[in-house]
Amino acid sequence: MLLEGEFRNPAGCAISAIFDKTGARFSGADIIDSIAVMRDRSNGLGGGFACYGIYPDKKDLYAFHVFFTIHSARKDFEEYIARYYEIDSDEDIPTRKIPEIVDEPEIRRYFVYPKQQYIDFVKTGPDECVFRTVFAVNTEIKGAYIFSSGKNMGIFKAVGFPEDVGRFYRLEEYEGSLFTAHGRYPTNTPGWWGGAHPFGLLGLSVVHNGEISSYDANRRAMEMYGYKCTLLTDTEVITYILDYLTRKKSLTFEESAEVIAAPFWSRIDRMGEEERARATYLRDVFSAELVTGPFSIIVGFDGGVMALNDRLKLRTLAVAEKGDKVYMASEEAAIRRVCPSFDKMFYAEGGKPIVYRVKGGKQ
Amino acid sequence: MIDFNVAPFEVVRDYDKCVNCRVCERQCANEVHHYEEGFGKMISDSTKCVDCQRCVCLCPTKALKIVPNRNSFRPNANWQQKYLTEIYKQAESGGVLLSSMGNPEPFPVYFDKILINASQVTNPSIDPLREPMETRVFLGAKPQTIQRNAEGKIETKLPPRLKLSMPVMFSAMSYGSISYNAHAALARAAEKLGIYYNTGEGGLHKDFYKYSANTIVQVASGRFGVHKDYLEDGAAIEIKIGQGAKPGIGGHLPGAKIVGDVSKTRMIPEGSDAVSPAPHHDIYSIEDLRQLVYSIKEATEYKKPVIVKIAAVHNVAAIASGIARSGADIIAIDGFRGGTGAAPTRIRDNVGIPIELALGSVDQRLREENIRDNVSLVVAGSIRCSADVVKAICLGADAVYIGSASLVAMGCHLCRTCNYGKCNWGIATQRPDLVKRLNPDIAAERLINMLTGWNHEIQEMMGGMGINSIEALRGNRLMLRGVGLNERELAVLGIKHAGEV
Amino acid sequence: MKKIYVKEEWCLGCHLCEYECAYANSGVSNIVLALKDKEIDPNVKVQTDGKITFAVSCRHCDEPMCISACISGALSKDETGAVTVDKSKCVGCGSCVMVCPYGAVRITKEGTANKCQLCMNNTFGEPLCVKKCPNGAIVFEEK
Repeated sequence: MLLEGEFRNPAGCAISAIFDKTGARFSGADIIDSIAVMRDRSNGLGGGFACYGIYPDKKDLYAFHVFFTIHSARKDFEEYIARYYEIDSDEDIPTRKIPEIVDEPEIRRYFVYPKQQYIDFVKTGPDECVFRTVFAVNTEIKGAYIFSSGKNMGIFKAVGFPEDVGRFYRLEEYEGSLFTAHGRYPTNTPGWWGGAHPFGLLGLSVVHNGEISSYDANRRAMEMYGYKCTLLTDTEVITYILDYLTRKKSLTFEESAEVIAAPFWSRIDRMGEEERARATYLRDVFSAELVTGPFSIIVGFDGGVMALNDRLKLRTLAVAEKGDKVYMASEEAAIRRVCPSFDKMFYAEGGKPIVYRVKGGKQ
Repeated sequence: MIDFNVAPFEVVRDYDKCVNCRVCERQCANEVHHYEEGFGKMISDSTKCVDCQRCVCLCPTKALKIVPNRNSFRPNANWQQKYLTEIYKQAESGGVLLSSMGNPEPFPVYFDKILINASQVTNPSIDPLREPMETRVFLGAKPQTIQRNAEGKIETKLPPRLKLSMPVMFSAMSYGSISYNAHAALARAAEKLGIYYNTGEGGLHKDFYKYSANTIVQVASGRFGVHKDYLEDGAAIEIKIGQGAKPGIGGHLPGAKIVGDVSKTRMIPEGSDAVSPAPHHDIYSIEDLRQLVYSIKEATEYKKPVIVKIAAVHNVAAIASGIARSGADIIAIDGFRGGTGAAPTRIRDNVGIPIELALGSVDQRLREENIRDNVSLVVAGSIRCSADVVKAICLGADAVYIGSASLVAMGCHLCRTCNYGKCNWGIATQRPDLVKRLNPDIAAERLINMLTGWNHEIQEMMGGMGINSIEALRGNRLMLRGVGLNERELAVLGIKHAGEV
Repeated sequence: MKKIYVKEEWCLGCHLCEYECAYANSGVSNIVLALKDKEIDPNVKVQTDGKITFAVSCRHCDEPMCISACISGALSKDETGAVTVDKSKCVGCGSCVMVCPYGAVRITKEGTANKCQLCMNNTFGEPLCVKKCPNGAIVFEEK
């Protein structure tokens, strides 16, 4: 059977998120409870979490979470990384042995920062260094796979039901200001941990429910811009599009949402002149980044979270607020489970981004 | 002298049905039919028939049919009949054989070996009758960087572009090669549909300047009819380097067709042959092209997109790569099945490559070089139906040009004798009595009807794939699968074989 | 009222209208049976000077001279404004033929007047010359 990345594997899914607008940190226990409610939206073939604010002591360093599936890969990886990065520390990621999670690879994390010569060589900053390293490692070092590369955040994922994955990674022992979760229902059984979600690049992480019809148009555009789609999943390409738009083209998350889930021309044509010019510009210039087909995504980023539905609203996505906490999930029940009484609840409209940022954080 | 020529067709008249109305006689410019007074019946001379089907369509009692001549030379898989008849013609005339319209030979039609995807279960299909289904396309270069003003708002000025309501345009057909009425119909239809038609290399008749917002003006090697107002009138300017039907050679409109307004519009004397040189004599290299592109941009104050049209030849990807760096905004590629008003038969039937393969390699090459955003890609060379449009977009085109299909909509039956100048449908002729046969009111309506139908079909196919905007279809090769193609062909097209996941 | 108009610009002189008219008014449902070996006497006739061709039929004038001239009351305007012939009243005197400025009325072999009645009295219900004109040269419209 082909491995993930060697074919396209459509999947249905459950997604969930909890965020604190003040940036206050809370335990990862709730997110496990929330995603567990939607067990029948997953099928045990993938689950995972993106956790922000969990490494406050090393918040200026890039945290690489890495899977090693063959023995020699770790040595190759460490030699490679030592050439370009100052390595602050590295360790096995703590796990709990449970019968539900089997066949785990070697799972390690490295807190690193690019060496000055490397930054000078790349010229466009340390993020670009990490961007290049992630693609180089994931495509060139056999058996090594960086699945998380942001600062003060980390992705934890595995083959299994998401609640089991949470227990496996001892998520309740972490404290963060944003947790997102994903339960996967793939239509094939590749059994490859890297194929589980969230998918992340630098500080961006995406959990996604849907199957996008624009996939290959998006993929080929992203590959032109230097992104290598190794997993052939929607989540991967959406993450790259967001990285491209927000980091390389300096669009805001709201503007990026207008590219990805663009308003219909019929609506644009009715807008006032200035707004119409802007909307037309975004659709025309970034036509290859338009995403069609059903999706609901929750995007974690440095300092905030964004929920977005496709423009036809073909997937469900509930949002609730209680005090400074924000909850998002594919199903309302997943919110009620961890927040029985909320101040308000609403459903994301098609193509309208819902963005929350840490108060006083960057825009 | 022995007449070696065998009539390719037979006119079959059902005398039980013929009522001697003589409509066929009056309508045949080739003088095939005549009424034999003494015998009280219609007689046909099959040797003159070109199988244009005009008489068949107009016969009120449907008494006529044109069939291939059953007379047969001794069958020979190598020495097919056409090679013998062509030799007889050349042995008689000593001339170069001429043909019209696109290559009719049985080369593979790749569009017919590609199948389109549809959604099932994992992703819903979309009903275009109930949901928006967008086919609007912009053509032109994309800016490399986003500029913001002091308030942080995006500067929305874009390089010059064309806005199409659907990804189809009428390709270049000159006034001269086709009639005034055919041009009038194309211009009107383009305006009504929100797309563009193309003047071809024959200049622009003064009556059609009013359609300027929907006109692409062409600058070809002969520079016929090119002047300041002409360039300024176009919504875009196309530099024609080559044409799919006759890559590497120029054009030749015989003096007989350079009459009246055609002569005025082309700005050449009546009766003189309009000979377009094979190359542009100011373009012997890619850097020369860049200079012409910028000369035109200077002349029109950078307000109009510049299209460079080339024929699909073996190294088309490399050429396109050069053009994408020349300042051109749009590249038009014409495949080897593209039509023509006249071309040497040997060239038409043996030079160039299929548009599907050219598109497959050009789109991929431009992406590999990260210059695909510099240009839009328009492809031509036998787009026959809406499914061909969808397949071309999926392979990576931004839009397509249709030439032959638009002529067919107006009545052309592809008899491929445009070069005779006696088009019975009033399309490829300058004879006033024949030109009159094409009423632009009717022809424009038929063009509009055809493309309206195509657009509905494109939307249905998009909806089936769960795609509700045409840009999500562009370059979406995963939506295509090949059938009966070998690995090299699949690799060039960049698609998988049917049955592969 | 809706009348038949001819756009000379688009008339090809193919004479199809004449045969379609003859068929429409033949009372025979099959066009071959209607026209085969028959000499036609249509209500529309293509006139030509060798260069210009033009299909002429009754103009259905606002003040028809043919009706004024009719001695037997066979010609009249119906409720739509169309000029019609009642053959049972016609005596074949030919006065209408003499006065029609368009030459659109004639005396048939039966000895009575005949002219275009807009196909309202046959099974087609719309002027067949209009429907079958290959170039849109004959139109039936309000002006």
